[in-house]
Amino acid sequence: MTVRARVIPCLDVAGGRVVKGVNFVDLIDAGDPVEQARAYDAAGADELCFLDIGASHEGRGTMVDVVRRTAEVCFMPLTVGGGVRTVEDARALLLAGADKVAVNSAAVSRPELVSEIAARMGSQCVVASVDARRVADARWEVFTHGGRRETGIDAVAHALRLAEMGAGELLVTSMDRDGTRDGYDLELIRTIADQVTVPVVASGGVGNLQHLVDGITKGHASAVLAASIFHFGQSTIAEAHAALAAAGIPVRS
Amino acid sequence: MSIALIDYGAGNLHSVHNALKAAGAANVSVTAHPQVALTADRIVLPGVGAFGACAAGLRGIDGMVDALEQRVVREGAPFLGVCVGMQLMATRGEELGSHPGLGWIPGVVRQLIPAEDVRVPHMGWNDVIPATPHPLIERGEAYFLHSFAFEGDSVLATTNHGGPVTAAIGRDNMIGVQFHPEKSQRYGIALLERFLEWRP
Repeated sequence: MTVRARVIPCLDVAGGRVVKGVNFVDLIDAGDPVEQARAYDAAGADELCFLDIGASHEGRGTMVDVVRRTAEVCFMPLTVGGGVRTVEDARALLLAGADKVAVNSAAVSRPELVSEIAARMGSQCVVASVDARRVADARWEVFTHGGRRETGIDAVAHALRLAEMGAGELLVTSMDRDGTRDGYDLELIRTIADQVTVPVVASGGVGNLQHLVDGITKGHASAVLAASIFHFGQSTIAEAHAALAAAGIPVRS
Repeated sequence: MSIALIDYGAGNLHSVHNALKAAGAANVSVTAHPQVALTADRIVLPGVGAFGACAAGLRGIDGMVDALEQRVVREGAPFLGVCVGMQLMATRGEELGSHPGLGWIPGVVRQLIPAEDVRVPHMGWNDVIPATPHPLIERGEAYFLHSFAFEGDSVLATTNHGGPVTAAIGRDNMIGVQFHPEKSQRYGIALLERFLEWRP
């Protein structure tokens, strides 16, 4: 076979506590990111993503501690995003046990951050996270601050530029679809994936397992990220793998 | 049994440390001291990032390369290199210029070339396919995260990413794996357990 399509549950964390995560399994403390990570580790998730949604400068140390404690008990790949603004922010997370760091807003105002991290720690650890909204037919713009603030920057051009600057992966989120459960914006994902040679992670809008399949087959993504369908017990990681496999997509056995 | 985990600023140091503990290693010294490497029963060299930067980091520790040569090559202590720690066993690496490696296994570390359905970095779970029987290498699925790969002698296992890509190399008492055992869940911990029991 070849490299497997990855199924990536994403946990939203604020102030060191999970605000959107598993709430169907019997966790002693469902707000503890480490417990959540263990649950997904045991469930066979291919990677895990922590998104620090309350990321303030003061809160950085809290996330580093969460990553450190997670890496002590979970031996699975971990991507951490939210509030990464400097090479030192990235380095602290990587040393604590993250394998990849996702940069978002900071790379909108200063794309060079991507090349700075890549030069120091390697492209393989830099994920460029792009939040996009459709503004016209086949045209998307970058939005920041959880999709509320427009930037006027063309999202596809921005994603391509960040890949050129050394991002080893692109995490593409449709802010139109995020939270809708209507499925990924496949045209957005595919438009970017077809123009880069780095892996692309589809994000935003998953409501069922077919959406994951579509992300790979129609969006041309290498990995599919989802939150609520896993957190609320609607689907398991194993069911996601089975759905992908049934569509002829290589997955972990 | 003492394990020296070489600390030269590599990003995955703590993850490898955690995984060694999970595999049952009780006495792991995270160390930048050549003296500790010289007296360790086993040595693990982690590594992520650029070959040249890692090689420079390792050479930046006065006496460390000599200590590794002494303990691993001449005295035969079991050695495990992980990811760039494995690549450093090669003759040289061609990432951002050409840089000499430790030269323990003849070969060159070169960039993977993207192609249709072959995205670079090679990122994710992929097969470990034994090329020759080895007590540490079992067929399975491991997590890979790299843009450069070893080409040369003593290949113990390959994976497939647009063609065969080296997944493990080794000879005698030394082995290196391109994938990340510390991130490969059960498969990875089991490999580390076998390393701890290995009597080459």
